[in-house]
Amino acid sequence: MDISFWVDAVVAALILTGSLFALIGSIGLWKLPDFFMRLHGPTKATTLGVGSLVIGSLVYFSSRGEGLSLHELLITLFLFITAPVSAHLLAKAAMHQRVGRIEKTKGRIWPQ
Amino acid sequence: MTFWRKLVPHPWLSLFLFGVWQLLMNDLSPATLAAGALLALGIPFLTRRFWPDPPRLQKPFVALKLLWRVIGDIIAANWQVALLILGPVKKLRPAFVCYPLALTDPFAISVLASIISLTPGTVTADVSPDHQTLLIHVLDVADERELISTIRTRYEQPLLEVFPCSKTSS
Repeated sequence: MDISFWVDAVVAALILTGSLFALIGSIGLWKLPDFFMRLHGPTKATTLGVGSLVIGSLVYFSSRGEGLSLHELLITLFLFITAPVSAHLLAKAAMHQRVGRIEKTKGRIWPQ
Repeated sequence: MTFWRKLVPHPWLSLFLFGVWQLLMNDLSPATLAAGALLALGIPFLTRRFWPDPPRLQKPFVALKLLWRVIGDIIAANWQVALLILGPVKKLRPAFVCYPLALTDPFAISVLASIISLTPGTVTADVSPDHQTLLIHVLDVADERELISTIRTRYEQPLLEVFPCSKTSS
């Protein structure tokens, strides 16, 4: 068993983990009952899901003997900057439109 | 000192741009290093009017420690929220929580809001017009006070050390 087998195994594990979390995020988007709860699905997929995929890609291309490949890290960086902003804008728009939420939600939103 | 301050108004931004440029080009040849240095010096200089009151970063090691902690929390919280989503929906206890801010610097507040949104299970929905309260939507919360004190000690206290902003605010 040479080293490339283990590299492949690590890459496969990372890609599977990433896909699994992207899938769970999408299941959340489909399953959760109101808008604000559905908002939690995509923020999950972008953090650990994309994070694992990016690290998988990084390991794969760095192991090809063409030197270290780190520019995938930028995807994570840009996502970490943009994902909270888009989530915030979506939530703000929903509160402005008085989108309904399920009755058991505790707390209240302030007037927009 | 003031000369250098004028030439390099935002050293951290310059360092960040330099790093991003090297990552974009994905190599470290002298040409890309030179181009990166030029951009890292030129962009902050040309856009300095858009950054009138730069937040001063102090204690970079506390910032690194916070970054490390946030990454760990994202991984841990992802597993918890994955189980919550796959479990029965009826058991979830969603809530809007008002979080009273101790931070005053706008940049520091947006960093805290981003951290809250990135850790799964919590999304920052709004910041009050007077910048004193964050409205957070939580997917499943048992005790709001515990959530508030967790955010306070885990994220906001380090941020207060990194961006000592209470002094600069009027």
